Formats: sequence, C-alpha cells, structure tokens
Amino acid sequence: EYVSSKTINKVIQVHDRIFCCMAGSLADAQAVIKTAKFQLSFHSVQMEDPPLVIAAASVLKDLCYKNKEELQAGFITAGWDKKKGPQVYVVSLGGMLISQPVTLGGSGSTFIYGYVDAKYKPNMTREECLQFATNALALAMGRDNVSGGVAHLVVITEKGVEHVVVPGDKLPRFHDE
Amino acid sequence: MPIFGQQISINNDLVPDWTREEVSTGTTIMAVEYDGGVVIGADSRTTTGAYIANRVTDKLTRVHDKIYCCRSGSAADTQAIAEVVSYQLGFHSIELDEPPLVETAANLFRASCYRYREELMAGILVAGWDRRKGGQVYCVPIGGMLVRQPVAVGGSGSTYVYGFMDSNYKPGLNKDQCLELAASALSLAMERDGSSGGVIRLATISEEGVERRVILGNQLPKFSTH
Repeated sequence: EYVSSKTINKVIQVHDRIFCCMAGSLADAQAVIKTAKFQLSFHSVQMEDPPLVIAAASVLKDLCYKNKEELQAGFITAGWDKKKGPQVYVVSLGGMLISQPVTLGGSGSTFIYGYVDAKYKPNMTREECLQFATNALALAMGRDNVSGGVAHLVVITEKGVEHVVVPGDKLPRFHDE
Repeated sequence: MPIFGQQISINNDLVPDWTREEVSTGTTIMAVEYDGGVVIGADSRTTTGAYIANRVTDKLTRVHDKIYCCRSGSAADTQAIAEVVSYQLGFHSIELDEPPLVETAANLFRASCYRYREELMAGILVAGWDRRKGGQVYCVPIGGMLVRQPVAVGGSGSTYVYGFMDSNYKPGLNKDQCLELAASALSLAMERDGSSGGVIRLATISEEGVERRVILGNQLPKFSTH
C-alpha cells in the first residue's frame, strides 16, 4: 500500500459550527463535501440562520444515496446548533443517516469497537472526551496499517471551534509499544 | 418415472441456505499468561451461514492434562487437527514418561497446520502449563505460523477487541484480573461480532490442575453505548 501523505486533515469544516469527518475514497469524499458546503451555505443564506447539524448531515446523505453506485465514501457529521445543541450523525456508505451519541468509522474502527463500548459513558467532560478520542485513535492507528500519521481532533461548542492536532510521537502509548 | 418420497436435490428453494454452507466456528477466542498458569476463553457459537448450528459449543479442547487449545475457523478442520495432536501428544508423553511441554504441543499443531495449509482453515491458540516454563500461550494462526505471546486473541470477533486488549492488558496481572480481562474482552467481541455469541467458556490451567467455568448470557459483563 502506498502512503501518499501522512498529514492529511480528514476533518473538514462545512459551516461555522459543523464539521465532517471523511472516510473511504478521499477523492469521492472531498468532492461530496465541496458540493455539500456550497449547498449548505446557500441554504443558510436563504434561511437567514445558521444551518442545523441535521441539515448538513441530510445534504451529505442525499448526495451519498442518490449516487450510491459511483461513490465510496462515508461521513461523520458533528456540530452544534441552537435547536438541539451538540449532535453527531453518521452517513454510511449506501446513504443511511442515523444519529448516535458516539460513533466510529473507517478501516481502523473495527479494532476499537471493543474499547469504545467499554470506555464510553454519557455526559463526559470536555477533557475526558478529548482523552477518550485521542486514546481510541491511537489504539486504532497502532493496529490498522492504513491509519497513522497525525491525529486531528476538533472541539465544537456554542462558543466556538478548537483544533487539536496530535502528532504521532505525542500520541498515548500502550504497553506493547 | 414418478418420484417417490422427498425431493433429494439440494439445489432448490425448498431446502434452506444453511444446508449448503460449511460449518464454521466464526469465533472469539483468547488466552492470557499469568505467573503460575494461563487463562483461556472462548464464546460458544457455531454457525453454518446464518444458522447457529450449536449455541453452546465448547471450543476449549483438551489435548493433554494441562494443555488445551482454543479453536477458530472451520469446525471440521480444527476438530480433526486437535484429535491428531491429542493422539500424538499422548504417545509422546508415554515415550517420555512425563507430561509433554506446551511448546511441543504447539509445534505439533504448527506442523499439521503448515503442511496442509492450502486445504485447512484453522486458527488455533495453544495454552497450558508445564514444569519447565510455567504458563505459556502459543498462537498458530491460519497459514501455520508459530509464535509465543503473553496474550493472544483470535477468531472473527478478535478484530473488535484489539484496541481494548492493547489498552487494558499489562504484564504482571494475577489470575483473577486475567479472568476479568478475558470475560470483558469476550463479552465486547460477542456484542459486535455476528459470528460470536452464546455463553463465555473460561478455563484456568496451572500446576494445581484445570478449572473450568461458564458465564451465561444474562450474567455477561455489560457495557454502555446506545
């Protein structure tokens, strides 16, 4: 497997308080997100209000579902809006859209289902959540040969957006490394 | 010519899919060394396609008094290999006039799995206790490699618990901690893997002997998430 880049950012902003994580064919995912970003900003201008997170997820879902034969991309859409607060939606490969409190995706996700099931609890604090996500990513990157490099995290709240970038050598280590 | 009795051809809609599928122990198995012995564990589901042929399978198979194997892959292949190794070990032990080494058992598994690697589909964990090296776990995955590891997981459900094992295992755990780790890991894997399920079968092997236990479905460790 050829690694074309070790520092790609797969967490893309589609609106002020809405971000999308890409998985699958990055070419397909980038194309879909570009279209979605435009549709969302147009929608936001028409509504004269920031878009709802579910609206962003629905736009992606429509694109994935209507073009399911050609596309191979999955997304996790997460953000904050004033109607429902913080939300997480996942749009899978064929175009299913569901809301979940915690969700995983991509090739490395299979290795951390057990860890996430065991460690996740509802109503964690921001620091606990960041540590939980960083640990989970580090474990997946340790086992999946096509995941690695740099971990990109984004914290989205009503007040704003914060990027946290953790290079590979600063990731938590577990006993076998 | 009139046809009497039931239609015996299997290539029609009257006969369910699973009669044509091979029996598989799509599985989760694991083994952990501790100071003084090993803990081994497995789920209890055997499937033929989507049908669960046996929901209370025992995948922890004795090959000698203090040497067991955990079987994953084709049920037929692993049963056949285990029988052969069990015979070979029994004979070897009589020749030696003492209990065989776990490493010997592991090598016998590896010899069969490697020689017939094109025909077989078997992933096996060999674990036990002997006087020379104490508790040992050997991994013989599909293809016939042999490697000793302090902790090993195998089977289709194992992919889901690599992260959990990496974060929760540390060297120096005692027997009860190992049992808890095994029960938790198997439970998590059974929750996510469609080919694993049923009850959890555990066993500890040490100088004192072999102690088996079962954790039933309603007593499985529970974890939150949606």
